[in-house]
Amino acid sequence: MSDKIPVTVLTGYLGAGKTTLLNRILTEPHGKKFAVIVNEFGEVGIDNDLVVGADEEVFEMNNGCICCTVRGDLIRIIEGLMKRKGKFDAIIVETTGLADPAPVAQTFFVDEDVAARAKLDAVVTVVDAKWLNDQLKDAPEVKNQIAFADVIILNKSDLVTPDELNDVEKKIRAINAYATITRTTRAAVPLDAVLGKNAFDLERILDIAPEFLEDVHVHHDDTVQSFSLTLPGDIDPEKFMPWISDFTQKEGPNILRCKGILSFKDEPKRFVFQGVHMILDGDLQRDWRADEVRQSKMVFIGHKLNRAAIEKAVEACRV
Amino acid sequence: MTETSESLTKRVEPLQAGAHVILASFLGDEPALALGDGAMFIGGVQCQPHGIHAILVAASDGTKIISGGDDGKVISTQNPNTSELISDQKGKWIDALALGPSNAIAWSTGKLVLARDSKGVVKTWSAPTTAQGLSFAPKGYRLAISHYNGASLWFPNTEGTPEFREWKGSHLDITVSPDGRFLVTSMQENTLHGWRLADGKDMRMSGYPSKSRSFSWSHDGNWLATSGADAAIIWPFKDKDGPMGKAPRECGVRHAKVSSVAFHPRALVVAIGYEDSCILLCRLNDGAELLVRPAMPAEGKITSMGWDRVGARMIFGTEEGAAGVLTLP
Repeated sequence: MSDKIPVTVLTGYLGAGKTTLLNRILTEPHGKKFAVIVNEFGEVGIDNDLVVGADEEVFEMNNGCICCTVRGDLIRIIEGLMKRKGKFDAIIVETTGLADPAPVAQTFFVDEDVAARAKLDAVVTVVDAKWLNDQLKDAPEVKNQIAFADVIILNKSDLVTPDELNDVEKKIRAINAYATITRTTRAAVPLDAVLGKNAFDLERILDIAPEFLEDVHVHHDDTVQSFSLTLPGDIDPEKFMPWISDFTQKEGPNILRCKGILSFKDEPKRFVFQGVHMILDGDLQRDWRADEVRQSKMVFIGHKLNRAAIEKAVEACRV
Repeated sequence: MTETSESLTKRVEPLQAGAHVILASFLGDEPALALGDGAMFIGGVQCQPHGIHAILVAASDGTKIISGGDDGKVISTQNPNTSELISDQKGKWIDALALGPSNAIAWSTGKLVLARDSKGVVKTWSAPTTAQGLSFAPKGYRLAISHYNGASLWFPNTEGTPEFREWKGSHLDITVSPDGRFLVTSMQENTLHGWRLADGKDMRMSGYPSKSRSFSWSHDGNWLATSGADAAIIWPFKDKDGPMGKAPRECGVRHAKVSSVAFHPRALVVAIGYEDSCILLCRLNDGAELLVRPAMPAEGKITSMGWDRVGARMIFGTEEGAAGVLTLP
């Protein structure tokens, strides 16, 4: 089997600059070919790339899990794209401004055929620096899109004062402390800020997290928060696995994302997991290096998460 | 590996393909392949009915190949020099395609389902959600359509609302039994669902470890072979209750998932293609197996297999563009 095709999911509220960013990605001289899955067909017109219209058909998986929704059209489109394998290097999925990113992300974990061929590279959310404050009040979708992001493009930063921009960035951090934020005007970003992030290689996120948490005095958003845990030493998988599985089953609707790198007892390899709502996906990856401190780090992003209870439960899993 | 009398591997002639094989079949005596990169090979001669565009779906009745592409076109091809444009949906992907009795053709893009009768009259119907699979009933001009939360049965030449059969979940492929009594769909959740059309009774055929995306009815209509497990799962449909309360046969058990099945047109023998590119022939009566093609994982899963009219030859193709023809002794 060949390597999995990386998929970048592009979200952002109406008018934030998603299509501008998409056009920028496609017109840069990068020598890559993209398959682009768009909703408003005809907005992008690049001869070199495959552009496919989607219907955002979200359906519930018939598996008794209420928050387990997937994008049926995406499953079908990726199946179709794979019939012309080799014709493109990466897939970009653009969602509508009102879309919940969860079904898109879940599609890449839940559908085994899709998961075998494509991997989520990053969720990129474009945010409108001028209107974010208003949108956070009126549009619950915006909060979810920010909470879900691995990469946030803080666009239209030229339309606000530096103070206002800092304020907007704080608001974003309050929802999601772990995404990388890039300030832009007219969505001008270097491509490597949005593509090939391998954002689910959590190292980067988890490593940078503590510093800015201390720097920015994060005022937590009252409905969506993010926090991380770092535990020195090893964790007992016999305790942790049942707990995380039970926790995501019970709290699934409230958990937007969770991710972590764990040091399991007597295990030379690092265990890496990630989840969207109730869906969990994890495996043993590379060996711990000799120069690395063996410790476990986790990030949780969600609604009404009981941080103290989670900390206590995880603490109880330590060896 | 040692050749035994149980092997047919020496009777397989490789064919040129080079891209994902969407359909492997015969047009008359000529082996025919329709490929994901848009090419067709008929009797070894290449043609490009969809130009540079991909072929996404294709079906054949032994005299022509009907193909649907990501250019939105549905094209009928009789031979490398003769193609006819059936429909042009302008850049929309053709998601599903079916051939029916007396040259009826149906295709779909998104929710839009189109059916063309033998006179060339095209009727359309908008499904409640994306049409995932299409299959004509064996008699009359009636089309079965699978979609989210069930299936619909549509008489394109009548004005009435299609008959809706409800079952929660996402239904993928669909097939109608050759006697017209049963409707079967494959589902996103690795099961099959069936309806007995006379009384609407539901049948659940579960236990698959992956999606079942290939169906084949035996020539006598008594058996339905399906893919998706580590063996071909073959359900009995002879009795009035069909497979209800009965266990299926399992043929060709291996440590690899079955990706394609094709019953012989005259005998109770099924060709079983696997995800590791292996092919076995299996006789239903006693489970005897014959090796057609050894496992070659690098050549990709078997995506399509088809017999000629008399059942003397079988053509196959794989995801990675390998193909061949088996000639029976």
